[in-house]
Amino acid sequence: MILRREHRILVQGMTGRQGTFWTERMVEYGANVVGGVSPRKAGTVHLGLPVFASARDAGQAAPFDVALMFVPPGRSRGAARDACEAGARLVVCLAEHIPGQDVLEIHAAARANGTRIVGPNTAGLVTPGETFAGIMPASNRRVFSPGKVGVISRSGSLGTLVSFCLTQNGLGQSAVYGIGGDPIPGTTMRDVLEMMEADPGTDAVALCGEIGGSLEEDAAEFAADMAKPVAAFVAGRASPVGRRMGHAGAIAAGGPGGYHSKRAALEHAGVPVANVPGQLAELLGARLSGG
Amino acid sequence: MDFEENAAKCLLEKWGIAVPGGRLVESPAEAEQAAREIGPCVVKAQVPAGGRGKAGGILPAATPTEARDAAERILGIEIGGHPVRRLRVETRVHAVRELYAAVMSDPESRCPVLLFSPLGGVDVEQAAMRDPSAMRRLHVDIRSGTVPGEVSGMIAGARFGSAAGAVAATLERMYQIYRATDAALLEINPLAITPEGQVIAVDGKFTLDDGAASRQPELAALAADPRRTRLEAAAAAEGLQMVELDGDIGVLANGAGLTMATMDAISHFGGQPANFLEVGGDAYTKGRTALRILLRKPGLRSVVVNFCGAFARTDILVEGVISVLKELEPEIPVYFSVHGTGEERAVELLRRELGAEPCFWMDDAVRAAVAAARGETS
Repeated sequence: MILRREHRILVQGMTGRQGTFWTERMVEYGANVVGGVSPRKAGTVHLGLPVFASARDAGQAAPFDVALMFVPPGRSRGAARDACEAGARLVVCLAEHIPGQDVLEIHAAARANGTRIVGPNTAGLVTPGETFAGIMPASNRRVFSPGKVGVISRSGSLGTLVSFCLTQNGLGQSAVYGIGGDPIPGTTMRDVLEMMEADPGTDAVALCGEIGGSLEEDAAEFAADMAKPVAAFVAGRASPVGRRMGHAGAIAAGGPGGYHSKRAALEHAGVPVANVPGQLAELLGARLSGG
Repeated sequence: MDFEENAAKCLLEKWGIAVPGGRLVESPAEAEQAAREIGPCVVKAQVPAGGRGKAGGILPAATPTEARDAAERILGIEIGGHPVRRLRVETRVHAVRELYAAVMSDPESRCPVLLFSPLGGVDVEQAAMRDPSAMRRLHVDIRSGTVPGEVSGMIAGARFGSAAGAVAATLERMYQIYRATDAALLEINPLAITPEGQVIAVDGKFTLDDGAASRQPELAALAADPRRTRLEAAAAAEGLQMVELDGDIGVLANGAGLTMATMDAISHFGGQPANFLEVGGDAYTKGRTALRILLRKPGLRSVVVNFCGAFARTDILVEGVISVLKELEPEIPVYFSVHGTGEERAVELLRRELGAEPCFWMDDAVRAAVAAARGETS
């Protein structure tokens, strides 16, 4: 689902330092935050919002659609399960370095409850001019502006940079979707392409990939049959093969998962690939004006 | 975190999976002594890398003298960038069948998956590509674990005779090990069946999930040392991931994606990046430490500082960068591009403290750094 202003957001870990800072930004932006979770501060009010012991408790008093997790990696499994079982439609999982098997347990809880997980290790979602859930400078108008281009990115900083480049070239964004840098993300590039193809507010998509895994290859398969134009940038062309680049997911491989495999798959699907992130605006502008 | 074979086999043995008897040695003399006790053996390089056999890192030895010669030939060679410093000398196993077995976290199904092939050995990947049905998969519900009938079903038709039960038990045990140890991957290839019907792990590969290292400290301590340069090790000691490259243009950016993109841009505009060095995520307060380490790299001719803050506050990053530049006064030029969270204050600090004007476009900062590295004045 694409995040909309009416979606009710519960912030797990809201009373912490980062939870407080970003919840304030979200409320200022107009996001529909209905409350927070903090077991030790249950029953209190923080930033004018009710604090609950668990998502399950919150679900009774303050029904929500989206759970945003400011929860450390060691406690993410329990918090995500709580949110899924409390009926969240979407759980945005920000933490990096969650143990891999905990991530699998989070996905199992999501499957059992019909919840979509975004992340782990995502910077979250921005729907410019409407709402946001995550750790993105949504209110910076040089970076994000309302418009018609959907942005999908594994990396938060790169998604932010690409949004900036689009905005500066007069291309606003319909939705910016950070899928996260975890090797096993709950929402794939292909999933978001499907959402954006169906979204009447989106006319074109900018895809920001990275070396490692097969998300870009899978996305290319779907993009080949899309009605809307897609352009991509894949980070890691200049990275040495076999070394891990930050994200656990980003390992340059020589064969599948490597830069050239991804670029070839995308180009084969009719998706032009930018050499530098700034070129994405040019490529999309050309595709949009060309019909 | 990868384990060397010897450490992986000690783990398997502890969990009740049979492995060939063997010892870790560090010199030809020790190898000779070990072979005297073991008999006909195999001398195996201990490095956390694949392709050891093809690289000449695994040699059979019928006698102690041959073991000594084998050790002399293997010690010191480099496999996958790792110099060989240790060997495992172990009993040679007679196999009537060689199988492949693994358990890992599968990104596609988002489940643990058990893999099994009746065609084990060095070329299992090629065999699986020729005949995809040769690789059997069992997705496991992580909440309930393996169901006994499922695992026997997985090996059905492979005609293991009396060893079938032991093969199924080994697969189930592998899943238990995977869960208990927070493995990202546990692989046995080949898993041999001996003429006596014994099932034995002739090779073993174990990768501990990086995210689980803090709750598996004893296992983490057994992991192989990753190959790192001195600067990479210095960065790692500060909780920063650095990869040194051959180029002369230093890169400091937040987030792995943006850092790689900055390296790509340097290379696209005709320059050569000197490093990957990420100060993203929680590391955004470490801009000072990161730049200090980066500036120690010999041969740098310019530096690009490219920040685009989401979670990372660019003003905090820039404060760190400014303090290092003021303290060390490097002679090489530094070019900035800064956007996102904290941008206004970051730009103001750069102007006030360094008299530096950040480039509006990242590409301009990169082009300027490439020109400076070539000795052109921009």
